[in-house]
Amino acid sequence: MERLKLLTVSALTLGASLSAGAAQAQQGELTLCWAAWDPANALVELSKDFEAQSGIKMNFEFVPWPNFADRMLNELNSGGTLCDLLIGDSQWIGGAAENGQYIKLNDFFEANGISMDDFLPATVTGYAEWPKGTPNYWALPAYADVVGWTYRKDWFSRPELQAEFKAKYGYDLGVPEDLAQLKDIAQFFQGREIDGKTVYGAAIYTERGSEGITMGVTNALYNYGFDYGNPENPYAELDGWVNSPGAVAGLEYYKELYDTATPPGASDWYMSETIDAYKSGQVALQMNFAFIWPGVDADPNVGGDKSGYFANPPGPAGQYAQLGGQGISVVANTDNMEGALAYIKWFAQPEIQQRWTDMGGASAMKFVLEDPAYPDRKPYNRAFLKSMSIVKDFWAEPAYADLLLAMQDRIHRYVVAGEGTAQEALDGLVKDWTEIFEDEGKL
Amino acid sequence: MPKPVIERVAKATPASFARRVRGFSDRTIAWIFVTPTIFLLLAINIFPLIWTIRLSFTNFRVNRINADVKFVGLRNYERILSDPDIWQTMQATAHFLFWTLFFQVLIGFALAWLINRKFRGNDLWTTLIVLPMMLSPAVVGNFWRFLYQPQIGLFNYVVGFFTGADPASFSMIGDVSLAPWAIVIVDTWMWTPFVMLICLAGLRSIPDYLYEAAAVDRASKWRQFWTITVPMILPFLMLAVLFRGIENFKMFDLVVQLTGGGPGSTTELTSINLKREAFEKWRTGYASAYAVILFVTVFGLASIYVKALNRVKER
Repeated sequence: MERLKLLTVSALTLGASLSAGAAQAQQGELTLCWAAWDPANALVELSKDFEAQSGIKMNFEFVPWPNFADRMLNELNSGGTLCDLLIGDSQWIGGAAENGQYIKLNDFFEANGISMDDFLPATVTGYAEWPKGTPNYWALPAYADVVGWTYRKDWFSRPELQAEFKAKYGYDLGVPEDLAQLKDIAQFFQGREIDGKTVYGAAIYTERGSEGITMGVTNALYNYGFDYGNPENPYAELDGWVNSPGAVAGLEYYKELYDTATPPGASDWYMSETIDAYKSGQVALQMNFAFIWPGVDADPNVGGDKSGYFANPPGPAGQYAQLGGQGISVVANTDNMEGALAYIKWFAQPEIQQRWTDMGGASAMKFVLEDPAYPDRKPYNRAFLKSMSIVKDFWAEPAYADLLLAMQDRIHRYVVAGEGTAQEALDGLVKDWTEIFEDEGKL
Repeated sequence: MPKPVIERVAKATPASFARRVRGFSDRTIAWIFVTPTIFLLLAINIFPLIWTIRLSFTNFRVNRINADVKFVGLRNYERILSDPDIWQTMQATAHFLFWTLFFQVLIGFALAWLINRKFRGNDLWTTLIVLPMMLSPAVVGNFWRFLYQPQIGLFNYVVGFFTGADPASFSMIGDVSLAPWAIVIVDTWMWTPFVMLICLAGLRSIPDYLYEAAAVDRASKWRQFWTITVPMILPFLMLAVLFRGIENFKMFDLVVQLTGGGPGSTTELTSINLKREAFEKWRTGYASAYAVILFVTVFGLASIYVKALNRVKER
């Protein structure tokens, strides 16, 4: 009798677990698309919690940065069904919204108590809104990022270098107070022998193929007076804003930095090349998105006390930094809309956002970033907070790719190839952008 | 003795079907076999070509499926032909084409001449020389990028070793004046063996008795070279130039990996520029017009060249 009972209980247990499994399988699967980089690995780990809670199996499609835009925009434009969720670049929002490739999330946010007031305003504007400045949301801010600087604290603190620097420039070698000082410091280190090795000033963005040099040069342009147009009349009045005397000075500054303070062969560098140069001890300063800071801090060669971090220094026209980062959107072609929205809802929870940051992500949620303990939790957190408060972003128009490639071309030709003058480069950019807006029917 | 397969198949054919096909002429049967190929050709070559020509007169953008497509007449063609940047990419392509063909023919012929002589290790040398052309162009582009690295690259080191220049003082792919030569060097390194193989085939097809007769007539080696070798090998060389010319006109992968078209747009060849217009800027109509112009250029040049080649062969 006991044996019969035991068999019955076992059979029921087995049956129950099988039916639970079947129920879970019915929830389906989700594919999340993003760039292949360290934060993506953290997201895979974090998403295990969602899988356990929902029974939805998560698949991931990660594409290396240089091919990310090509691959994902091809996917969206061809009406592909690969991605249910896409953590896409902030500049894609306009095109994806106007072409019906992302789902508008306003009703969903409202129904589920998700408020954009809980996120840093700059990230909401940058990653979620289209048209900009209007409460129309197409994404949830997912990864906050911004261009900042890393420097060799250990080199900066050497007494002999400090003395030589002071004698040459008349002020202390330290975190630069403005862009002019940053150039002085980079030039000071250029070609210098340190520990028997020739080192160079700064690793900066010069990449031509995708978005690199634009993401770099804007950090100088903004701070010298460049603007994307008259804010009152953005498409029609580019002349005098894009090519203003300040913008010209900013571009000349960036070229001088490239010509006099970067390692030889740094003519096509973006995120990975600048990281490599810094981690291998080639350069004193590195321009890069803040996502690299946890990796630098943990690096056995340059991590810990050897490195310091600072926000993009101010220029004559103010202090700004190029926004990076992305929002997470639901792709309109998904065949698992319910599951995709469930993921967004799960991801928007404050405790998940906290874990996301702890695991190597970068939440844009105030709950995480305004925690009084946050600034001192990591050596780079203060620089990150400062940087996030001074962000500006590139065009997010549907024609952003045209606008971006025109700028890449004009800037690379001037800065790296040395063609023409800064004024000619920016005048040419005004002409290119005007033609694009004419084609777009905005003029 | 078993009957041949064809007989067995014929016997196994149902009588009703056999009656139907018995009256087919050879021409009909030929059409039956050729028709599927023609359909395939129409579907994957001719139809896209006609569609591209049609798109070239519109403002269609593949990333704006819902937008109105307007007929713009010849506007795309006008813009392309009057755009100085396009002419710059044409110049970059012409430079690349001319110098790669020049060096590949020169070195390829010289190598073939040497390899054609019987010597110990001949086969081994041939195998070693043809290795580069067996590699993927993308891989070649990537590793030459490292070889050209000013601080750690082998190329700069070797140049520095022989000239005394500081290897870090020049950047093959970062300098406007050197980058066009950087891509010529890599393409020459990779594809000279191809030209060599074609030349070798040509050299080995020259009958020995021609040289023997010339020797009997006391013709010098130099005269034998110009009156026997060169005319006999010329059709082979022209064929090699045709193949390499067409390939290099549409060169993409190697140069993208090596320089990405930079610095500035110094090495942005037409195919790279076309890809940017079509799949990065998504100007489908404009890019279609661009593709049509390139197609007509290559087709026209290749047709003239093939006629010249036939004339040389007839001589």
